[in-house]
Amino acid sequence: MTDVQEAPLLEVKDLRVKISTKAGTFYPVNGHNFTLNKGETLGIVGESGSGKSMTATSLVRLLPKHAAEVESGSIELEGRDLLKLSEAEMRKVRGSEIAMILQDPQTSLNPSFTVGNQISEALSLHAPGPKKTMRERAINALRKVKVAAPEHRVDCYPGELSGGMRQRVVGAIAISCEPKIIIADEPTTSLDVTVQAQYLRLLKELQDDTGMGIIFITHDFGIVANLCHKIVVMYYGRIVESGTVERIFAKPAHPYTEALIGAVPKLRGHEGRLRTIKGQPPAPMETLTGCPFAPRCDKADSRCFNELPPTFDADGDGEHLASCWRVIDQ
Amino acid sequence: MLKYLARRVGSSLFALWVITIIVFLLTHLSGNPVDALLPDDATKQQIDAFIRDWGLDKPLWQQYLTFLGNAVQGDFGTSLKWPGEDAMGFVLARMPATLQLGGIAILISLVVALPLGVAAAVYKGSPVDNGAQMFALLGQSIPNFWLGIVLIWVFSVWLGWLPTSGTGTFAHAILPAIAIAWFQVSALARLTRSAMLEVLDAEYIKLARVKGVGEFSVVWKHALRNAAVVPLTYFGILAASILTGSVVIETVFSWPGMGWVAIEAIRGRDFPVVQAVIVAYAVIYMISNLVVDLLYVAIDPRIRND
Repeated sequence: MTDVQEAPLLEVKDLRVKISTKAGTFYPVNGHNFTLNKGETLGIVGESGSGKSMTATSLVRLLPKHAAEVESGSIELEGRDLLKLSEAEMRKVRGSEIAMILQDPQTSLNPSFTVGNQISEALSLHAPGPKKTMRERAINALRKVKVAAPEHRVDCYPGELSGGMRQRVVGAIAISCEPKIIIADEPTTSLDVTVQAQYLRLLKELQDDTGMGIIFITHDFGIVANLCHKIVVMYYGRIVESGTVERIFAKPAHPYTEALIGAVPKLRGHEGRLRTIKGQPPAPMETLTGCPFAPRCDKADSRCFNELPPTFDADGDGEHLASCWRVIDQ
Repeated sequence: MLKYLARRVGSSLFALWVITIIVFLLTHLSGNPVDALLPDDATKQQIDAFIRDWGLDKPLWQQYLTFLGNAVQGDFGTSLKWPGEDAMGFVLARMPATLQLGGIAILISLVVALPLGVAAAVYKGSPVDNGAQMFALLGQSIPNFWLGIVLIWVFSVWLGWLPTSGTGTFAHAILPAIAIAWFQVSALARLTRSAMLEVLDAEYIKLARVKGVGEFSVVWKHALRNAAVVPLTYFGILAASILTGSVVIETVFSWPGMGWVAIEAIRGRDFPVVQAVIVAYAVIYMISNLVVDLLYVAIDPRIRND
């Protein structure tokens, strides 16, 4: 799958994002550590509001101005710290080295420009060429994401395309400049299930062809199991568990992960009711001592409520990490 | 596309027809033309001859059809106040002056309001935004005739930079154009600001940034293109109201345009000229709205597809 000796494509170290509002400050991204290798897919999983999208946005440095800022840490793309780049340098990274697929295909294309226009805009920024060839290159990008009749669709406006088709166009924009990494922020949430499956297969094929790394943000453990090599589970702005898909599915070390996996509906088995996690995640500004998941955890004891668990090595080989007191108690 | 155009032109013509009815009835509502047009000491024979000559003895609908038939050919009769002048011809001769003043005012509104509104949205909550809001509030609170007088006082009387009134050079048009434009600048800038604020939050703006598009292009290309529909809608009303609403300002600055003619004609109970002015204004209003309808199509593909 990946060569362990090779330097990672992306290495995020101790990344902290601070949001300051009149009501107070909080950290939607709190001490993240993860790496992504070439050709690898990393799944970032968590409930809404857990900080998944904030993580993605901070990687391309597009956090909302004034409200949020990276407080500390580093984001190294092939050894180069993105946080130290100037805004102009960062603009060259966006789209050409790190591309992004946004959540909602209905709203993420500009309704006033043709599909071809929006693809070739990215091309002309990062891989300029003669104007005459732009249309051809846009058609090629559409062909790569398997849009039928690309010669015709290239002149369409987003409003003339279906949701699945639009999301393919967003994909075409993302791959057009052959990025090293694609960040996909819940790209299939608003698509129906069959279109979703096609889209995921497409992403996988594109990855096989180009060797790009994918960061896939989702709340759906079913997708993670099919698509990802590694998983990062987020809860309340923190990574509570991380590791390879095989390890985490075989033996989840954090009760939250366990509960999320348990909440995926299964075709076989006679569980009757779908399992859910009781309670709600804490509100952003809540002051918590101890583990943020403790109030919803049926295995929590008094230490969980009083002391924040550090990150433990769950399997003793550095490949599976979890922030839960149970890891050392067992 | 052609269907869209045909529908727009059709509804404009229908509106114009309704206006001719109103204009026709208005002259009858405002008293008997006999009283208005003949001297007080007119004899019975004079009155009878007048009624026969003008067809006032015929039923109202026949009078209207005659009026409409003539109006379609641009014939609104001859002026009473300016003897020998063809009413419509007299109005049309004043139209270039009004279009010139209105054109400059529209240009000023656009050139000032769009950047002001965009800047206020981009720098929301900053001194730029507050300054723009202040400027807009002033413009919308000051009546334009008063602003006109103050402008004359400051720039013509006190500083002596610009002529007080009249026409001839570009300098003559500056003060009246500003007096007309300021109110419109305020409205247009506020609309642009709110439309831009909404669009700047859109996902496709984020996608443009994700693609590596520079801030300038994000704001002026991706955002403004989508936000423009809102100010454009207002622009139709604005253009029409600048062109037709300059009546007061033309009087303040003695600008010999259609507005000035309208006031003089009303004062002199010159019905043919009043009717001609109203119809001419209506046509200007319709044309500017038609232009806006066409601009919609050019700007927004979603309208094109309807």
